[in-house]
Amino acid sequence: MNPNPAQNPAIGHNQQPKMTARGVNVFYGQKQAIKNVSIDVSSDHVTAFIGPSGCGKSTFLRCLNRMNDTVDSARVEGDIALDGQDIYAPQMDVVQLRARVGMVFQKPNPFPKSIYENVAYGPRLHGLARSKAEMDAIVESALRRAGLWDEVKDRLSESGTAMSGGQQQRLCIARAIAVDPEVILMDEPCSALDPIATARIEELIDELRGRYAIVIVTHNMQQAARVSQKTAFFHLGSLVEYDDTSTIFTNPRETRTKDYITGRYG
Amino acid sequence: MRLLIALLLVLGLAGLAFLAGRARGERMAVAAAGGNSRLGTIHSRPVHHGAYVALLALAPALIVLAGWSLIGDRFVEGQLIGTLAPAEQPASRNDRQALMNEVRGLVSGDLPTAFNPLAARLAPAYAAASANADLLAGALAVALLCAGGLWGYSRLRPDFRARNRVERLVRAVLLLTSVVAILTTFGIVLSLIFESIRFFRLVSPVEFLTGLQWSPQTALRADQVGASGAFGAVPLFWGTIFIGAIIAMAVAIPLGLLSAIYLTQYADPRLRRWLKPMLELLAGVPTVVYGFFAALTVAPLVRSLAVALGMTDASSDSALAAGLVMGIMIVPFVSSMADDALTAVPSSMRDGSLAMGATMSETVKKVMVPAALPGIVGGVLLAVSRAIGETMIVVMAAGLAANLTANPFSSVTTVTTQIVALLTGDQEFDSAKTLSAFALGLVLFIMTLILNIYALAVVKRYREAYE
Repeated sequence: MNPNPAQNPAIGHNQQPKMTARGVNVFYGQKQAIKNVSIDVSSDHVTAFIGPSGCGKSTFLRCLNRMNDTVDSARVEGDIALDGQDIYAPQMDVVQLRARVGMVFQKPNPFPKSIYENVAYGPRLHGLARSKAEMDAIVESALRRAGLWDEVKDRLSESGTAMSGGQQQRLCIARAIAVDPEVILMDEPCSALDPIATARIEELIDELRGRYAIVIVTHNMQQAARVSQKTAFFHLGSLVEYDDTSTIFTNPRETRTKDYITGRYG
Repeated sequence: MRLLIALLLVLGLAGLAFLAGRARGERMAVAAAGGNSRLGTIHSRPVHHGAYVALLALAPALIVLAGWSLIGDRFVEGQLIGTLAPAEQPASRNDRQALMNEVRGLVSGDLPTAFNPLAARLAPAYAAASANADLLAGALAVALLCAGGLWGYSRLRPDFRARNRVERLVRAVLLLTSVVAILTTFGIVLSLIFESIRFFRLVSPVEFLTGLQWSPQTALRADQVGASGAFGAVPLFWGTIFIGAIIAMAVAIPLGLLSAIYLTQYADPRLRRWLKPMLELLAGVPTVVYGFFAALTVAPLVRSLAVALGMTDASSDSALAAGLVMGIMIVPFVSSMADDALTAVPSSMRDGSLAMGATMSETVKKVMVPAALPGIVGGVLLAVSRAIGETMIVVMAAGLAANLTANPFSSVTTVTTQIVALLTGDQEFDSAKTLSAFALGLVLFIMTLILNIYALAVVKRYREAYE
């Protein structure tokens, strides 16, 4: 389905990485959840984080837009930069950061508002539309890019929580891309969905590739192989291996990666 | 006293019945096992057989004793009065009660001598008759106990389903206990309705519900002054709503909602652990203490404020003073319901909003509060129903003048205050003045009932949406 960019060295290797992490440690109270992780995320392709449950992949993802700030006991060390700017620097405004680094959650979480208002939520917060017509245009384009427009264009005023799970998740993606972020973080976006809805989301991720830097956490290895071009394998809080997806899945360097890929544990 | 002895005797005998039933169960179990220790050959365990026999013995005996303690005395009384010559018969119900009270006083020794010579004559007869009757009731109870126990005992078989029957009986008892509270409520409502009907025979419901003049003092003599006997309750309803639903809520909604928002969204968990119970402690302050506070501290302050604002005739028992203190009293209700509602909003909503780059206050304003709104509204409605039924604060601070005014510095009165005023002191029980208290109570009951039903429906629908 996807053209494999690993076979095309022009993609992904000639550009400044969108986000860089160096020596990141995360603690929940006394417990260390992430151990010395360094990784680059590029705008050109989809990066997948895989690994067994509790390996820290979601925790690390939530560092990238500082969602761990909402957890009182969490402490993040090390450097994470967006376009070379330290996102944990005191002068970094977390509100602006999150406008630039959007997030889609494990369970679809549309607000109990209309479909229209769900998508318009971010643009309203950040004052992106000066008129009703501009807002309509933003909402329509976000819903179109999320592949939801044709399904919902006649019922934009209905509640976002009344849709099916897959539609809700695409609504959440539309909501995230409505503010035109630079990075989209997806935390197991399909784990609450059935296979058909999952396929739909995966297609969508593929369509969004290149426009946004996309990082997706998944515990489904086939999904990582299908949607991503780069894969990072986490185990017990450490980044074990990070390489082109094709390499990880066909010819991993580390035995731990190979054991996980071949289903020996996890 | 005699009944207490009978009760102890019955309980003791039921204990024996239990032991007998269990012993028989054990013998059957041993016999059925036939020397080996295999289980399952006897349906119920010995303890169930025992409980079955005991319950069969106990139930009829207890019913007899309970019934006797309710009606036995009246029965003896009737017999006793029947022995009197027609000329000596008490003329009215009241006379009869007075006579019997004196008789009982003499028998129990509470009264040293009787005023009524008839009572002195009846006393020994009463003592004898009531002793006989109690003895009879006790004997009947014991007889029924033995009969029930023996019948139950005779039914015990290895395959007898004693356990199922005991369970069924226990379930019936549990059902009975839960029905008691409901039946009591029905009784209260019925008594309210009957007394209200008596009132509405004297005063038309239309006048009561729409009249603007409240002056319940009815004339005892034709030429009495200052006794118009007007029963237009609108000023009372207005006063109740003005204090309980407007002023008190103007205090309680902002304070309660904002404190709930702070406690659920902003406060450090350690701080929350201290603050939340302290806030809820406010709900435990006796309302009479709030009443002192309203009457002695807040009311003078409000009056000085009114005077400073140029209202020289300001009342010292103002609607504002009562409403403010009532609002404070209601804060814990509102905040605890709002707290529950906000906590019930899934944290994924909050995360979703924060991840869009919303600030905490934007998230609270645009996502959390709208999502929790039905629960918050339900809580506020419950608080309103609590406030309009509240009595002590308004009795102490709101005054008695039934004014139809929107000026918070003037004195208004509420339904509950009037009920207290109408029923305090010596009252004849058939005047419209006294009976109007029941009509007021009925209206208040209907109002709070509707509010509660609606509020609970709102809260329930909201819970379903998130579970």
